[in-house]
Amino acid sequence: MDTDLSSQDRKDLDKFIKFFALKTVQVIVQARLGEKICTRSSSSPTGSDWFNLAIKDIPEVTHEAKKALAGQLPAVGRSMCVEISLKTSEGDSMELEIWCLEMNEKCDKEIKVSYTVYNRLSLLLKSLLAITRVTPAYRLSRKQGHEYVILYRIYFGEVQLSGLGEGFQTVRVGTVGTPVGTITLSCAYRINLAFMSTRQFERTPPIMGIIIDHFVDRPYPSSSPMHPCNYRAGEDNAAVYPSVEDSQEVCTTSFSTSPPSQCVFTVTKAHFQTSPPMVTDTLKVPVMGLAFSHQPAALGVGSADMGYPVLFAGGLNAAHPHQLIGPGKEGGVPPVPNQPAHGTQADQERMCTPLDGVYYSAATPSSSEDTETVSNSSEGKCGSPHDLLETIFIRKVGAFVNKPINQVTMANLDIPFAMFAPKNVELEDNDPMVNPPESPETESPLQGSLHSEGSSGSSTGNTHDDFVMIDFKPAFSKDDILPMDLGTFYREFQNPPQLSSLSIDIGAQSMAEDLDSLPEKLAVHEKNVKEFDAFVETLQ
Amino acid sequence: MVGTGRRCCGPSGATPAMNCRAEVLEVSVEGRQVEEAMLAVLHTILLHRSTGKFHYKKEGTYSIGTVGTQDVDCDFIDFAYVRVSSEELDRALRKAVGEFKDALRGSGSDGMGQISLEFYQKKKSRWPFSDECIPWELWTIKVNVVNLANEQERQICREKVGEKLCEKIINIVEVMNRHEYLPKMPTQSEVDNVFDTSLKDVQPYLYKISYQITDSLGTSVTTTMRRLIKDTLAL
Repeated sequence: MDTDLSSQDRKDLDKFIKFFALKTVQVIVQARLGEKICTRSSSSPTGSDWFNLAIKDIPEVTHEAKKALAGQLPAVGRSMCVEISLKTSEGDSMELEIWCLEMNEKCDKEIKVSYTVYNRLSLLLKSLLAITRVTPAYRLSRKQGHEYVILYRIYFGEVQLSGLGEGFQTVRVGTVGTPVGTITLSCAYRINLAFMSTRQFERTPPIMGIIIDHFVDRPYPSSSPMHPCNYRAGEDNAAVYPSVEDSQEVCTTSFSTSPPSQCVFTVTKAHFQTSPPMVTDTLKVPVMGLAFSHQPAALGVGSADMGYPVLFAGGLNAAHPHQLIGPGKEGGVPPVPNQPAHGTQADQERMCTPLDGVYYSAATPSSSEDTETVSNSSEGKCGSPHDLLETIFIRKVGAFVNKPINQVTMANLDIPFAMFAPKNVELEDNDPMVNPPESPETESPLQGSLHSEGSSGSSTGNTHDDFVMIDFKPAFSKDDILPMDLGTFYREFQNPPQLSSLSIDIGAQSMAEDLDSLPEKLAVHEKNVKEFDAFVETLQ
Repeated sequence: MVGTGRRCCGPSGATPAMNCRAEVLEVSVEGRQVEEAMLAVLHTILLHRSTGKFHYKKEGTYSIGTVGTQDVDCDFIDFAYVRVSSEELDRALRKAVGEFKDALRGSGSDGMGQISLEFYQKKKSRWPFSDECIPWELWTIKVNVVNLANEQERQICREKVGEKLCEKIINIVEVMNRHEYLPKMPTQSEVDNVFDTSLKDVQPYLYKISYQITDSLGTSVTTTMRRLIKDTLAL
């Protein structure tokens, strides 16, 4: 009975409970703001830190809590509840948790108010700090901002758990016995977050300007307005939106002295907020399952001497966008190393591959325009929807490629002292996309490239209006006069002719034939069923 | 041994303590998660077992400093926890956990071990007997290190271990909430027998951390036992 409790103790107890309730609300709401909380320890008491804990007071939250309490204290049948809910940008909302501060009738008369109760309340607040990070809503609240926000609502009275869905779970934070009753702090949280887990958290623009007095009508008798937990709106949640540097992974192909299968390449995501710093040609390759082999070779790209077009196509795993999937040498593709944009490579040399129909342009001034068109169209495509991850392969030209600037050219062979070298087979014949040049003219590009950098464009431009050959210097290749040198080798084996079975017509034909012959084959197999069974038995 | 700078002689486990409650937690983690998982548990325990610095005034009263807290995100586990804002305490725990992790990785270990956090009180004895350490709470965390084959398993492990740690935190809070024996608040002369006053911003109860690694032979190598034997011989 209250007579056992001195009036001073009673006053103290009431004060403790009141401030405990306010601090509880602060801890809960701050834990759902979506940010990491950090407060400093102070060895000298400031006098304003209740329960010896550094818990900041957000004024709006205190105001709301005081309004809900309306001068009362939690008592039997009158609990203070903090409801945490989620609201999507489309307007759907869902209750996530209800934190209840309740009082029951079980009294502990023996306990000392100013000492034990106070310390135990402090311990309970610490437990609350720990538990608020452990419920599922914490992780949801850390990711809020773009698709949804977390709201809170404080009410006083009967606990309403109906909005939590089926099978909600309860966790008890703690209890503190006092002479007037036992304070209990618990949390009931929804576990059926089904509609959340299937959501794809796309990068949509953040919900703008949620002001603190954004009211939502609630159908409860003791209704109170909902408030956003991230009241500091407008703060960009950097965790959701990767920065440009993160989202941009530039793939550079660089030549290595190892076989063509060991080429480094990287993937650039379609989402660019700024244009890539380096001037390269970006090529969008349809994501198909073309076979390729890949092994990241750690090469200094700057030292690569060769501007060698190497083509890849591979599948992109959306879950691990920086991982390319395809038949790699090791059987599993290791994550592609995130190489920084090679600004040093930006020697403004571009190459275009004929793969997706973007053809080379002439060496005439119009070539530079076409180049621009090519790059613009590629980059225009890069402005496509954010979450569309396209595999873009950029091919870089080696640093020492002897080629004029802004020229879309095709790789060609350049052997030093080529005039002394025997005539080689024109490797462009291997390239099905290229109109095979007439043989007498093959020498002029080779010779022309020897003479000058500036004139190579013009000299080669004389031969063909459709394309211009660039010099092609394999790194580390010797300038010996062998009939088959490294560059030739690469050229020959780099563009193998297409397999006949892969060509559409032949493929369709053979498919039709196969289908026709199926019934016959089946009949034959059925006849030999016994043999097959015997064979299988020998295997077991 | 970490905790106070002062050694506490006398085997901690040998003296039957009256009110020593023992709690055991078990976790299975991947190698790189050991450190974060241990820190999460130890920090959560110490959050509850630390107060602000005591400032004694005249007439036996004292005021208590303020304890700040901060959130810590784990890199290898889908988990976040709260710890006391004290760099000294964090360093001490990291040092102990680092030693434990290295010992787990070392030879002769099949990835099983346990780390113990013991809260004790000192009882002054008369010379030549050294002070007695009487434990009143012992937390043991048993660790089983698993090896995973591929990235997909690691991703699942991240989430699973995160969920497990959530359960452990709830367990710890449950124990703390029982409000069982705690040492009496000491007078100024006794404060060093109950609290670790060496830190400048917070004041945890006196604690010590030790660990055991189960080697592949099944025998346990207790580092504390070795040190204690050395200490008693040195006496």
